[in-house]
Amino acid sequence: MIEIALTHRFSGVTLDFDFTAPPGVTALFGHSGAGKSSVGLALAGLFRPDRARIILGGRVLQDKAHFVPPHRRRIGVVFQEARLFPHLSVRQNLTYAARHGGARPRTDLAEVADLLGITPLLDRGTTALSGGERARVAIGRAVMSDPVALILDEPFAALDAPRRAEILPFLQGLRDRFDLPMLYISHALSEVAQLATTLVVVEAGRVLAQGPAGAILSDPALVPVFGSSEAGALLSARVGAREADGLTRVETAGGPVFLPGDLPPAGSPIRLRIRAQDVMLALGEVRGISALNLLQARVESLSPEGEAGQIVVLTVGKERILARVTRRSAQALGLHPGLGLRAILKTVALAG
Amino acid sequence: MTDWLAPEDAQALVLSLKVAGLAIAASLPFGIWLAWILARKRFPGHGLVNVLVHLPLILPPPVTGYLLLVTFGTRGWLGAGLQDIGIVLAFRWTGAALAAAVMAFPLMVRAIRLAFEAVDPGLEAAAATLGVPPWRVFLTVSLPLALPGVLAGAVTGFAKALGEFGATITFVSNIPGQTRTLPTAIYTVLSVPGGDAHALRLIILSIAIATAALVLSELLGRGLAARIRGRR
Repeated sequence: MIEIALTHRFSGVTLDFDFTAPPGVTALFGHSGAGKSSVGLALAGLFRPDRARIILGGRVLQDKAHFVPPHRRRIGVVFQEARLFPHLSVRQNLTYAARHGGARPRTDLAEVADLLGITPLLDRGTTALSGGERARVAIGRAVMSDPVALILDEPFAALDAPRRAEILPFLQGLRDRFDLPMLYISHALSEVAQLATTLVVVEAGRVLAQGPAGAILSDPALVPVFGSSEAGALLSARVGAREADGLTRVETAGGPVFLPGDLPPAGSPIRLRIRAQDVMLALGEVRGISALNLLQARVESLSPEGEAGQIVVLTVGKERILARVTRRSAQALGLHPGLGLRAILKTVALAG
Repeated sequence: MTDWLAPEDAQALVLSLKVAGLAIAASLPFGIWLAWILARKRFPGHGLVNVLVHLPLILPPPVTGYLLLVTFGTRGWLGAGLQDIGIVLAFRWTGAALAAAVMAFPLMVRAIRLAFEAVDPGLEAAAATLGVPPWRVFLTVSLPLALPGVLAGAVTGFAKALGEFGATITFVSNIPGQTRTLPTAIYTVLSVPGGDAHALRLIILSIAIATAALVLSELLGRGLAARIRGRR
């Protein structure tokens, strides 16, 4: 568990953060300039705020009387720019902490390199690597320092979407394999949704909301922060059988949905990300429609009308998803709390 | 060599190399330390230290020589104490080395400082997060990355030390075999009527040594650039 409370005055903005990161992946989400990176640097000891109280797993890293220097914190950091040592090979980068920092990694080089897919790169230098390769080597280097926590500061900011999609599974693998508390700093909601168990929403130097990722993502009040096209909730599901046409049946509390592509083996618990703008609502039996994925849902509440229309909070089993409709649709359907209906999902994404 | 160079000239050359070699070998560790401090640390008096380091570059060399004499001369406030423990610098080749070191120091520190400033501090921060203490980050990241620049600084300093004249002649005079280095030898030969032909050989020798040093320094500087860009 990580507890961070800090205040710091910059010339433009005042930071005033107070949050707790339970075990698992805590995402610090906010737009650029919100002060997210400063929090990560303060946790690593690379930035010293005016006032701070930082506790990691019961150990005080900084308060009025203490300041533990970065090299004694054992917090691995994956920087946005990777920061690989240019005079060392990939292998030497990965073993640097063991050779000079006294780290005794719980895992061997071969396993980490294999997990990250960088085994063929080990004996190369670092400067000719692609952005995605650099990011993976940086992650491996941090893991090989045997850290007690890991900070990922927008590690994918410099990468294009296909590269990100390539690396996210590696991070999920790390999360599941090493059970490290991770602070994931990002302004990309889709990445956050894929990794985070806890979400801390940051705006203009302060914490706007914090809690379990599912609850925060389905909070209609935060839709303007996430952006009306990106906002969306998470829905728990379980992988079922692969059908003859290649689609895989996935069971949710509101009924089955069908997903294309490679999914974890049958029986695995997964999370689906459902964006509010991808949900249509229908009363009664739905027929003659191309969408495959229909969920049984119940209206829990309707948000006041905003510029993006109305956000409808739906309960599916015990979880909540969001739908975005126009005011006209809401009136035409006679939406009111307690109403049972069908949620038609135009797109469903696997959220890891 | 003896055909072309008179014995006393050869002696001056060997002495010059010895003086410059000792000057740089002894001052390099201190120069690296000071360059590192100036490049990376901010502290009260930073500007003053910077000025003091550069002072010998600006002052008339005889002033530096005179200050060395009143400090390290046998009756100087430091020299007297050193004499008691058996170290005499004034009018000795070791004194010539001290004068050369002081005069070469600004050039050396400047080159090394630039090399350290070219190293991304983010790499040092990254090394710290990997559990490596600051002194070891210095030895394994900062210094290796700056090494070509450090060597270039040392070579430039060596060339400057070879050519040092004003402070040397003021501090340790011009004693054959003891403190008569190449520049003072040239000065001596030129002050004798008809010594031009003799001086020419020493002058050609000096130009050759200085050119070689600058070429070497330039090559090392390119090495620095390549090193900062990194391994492939």
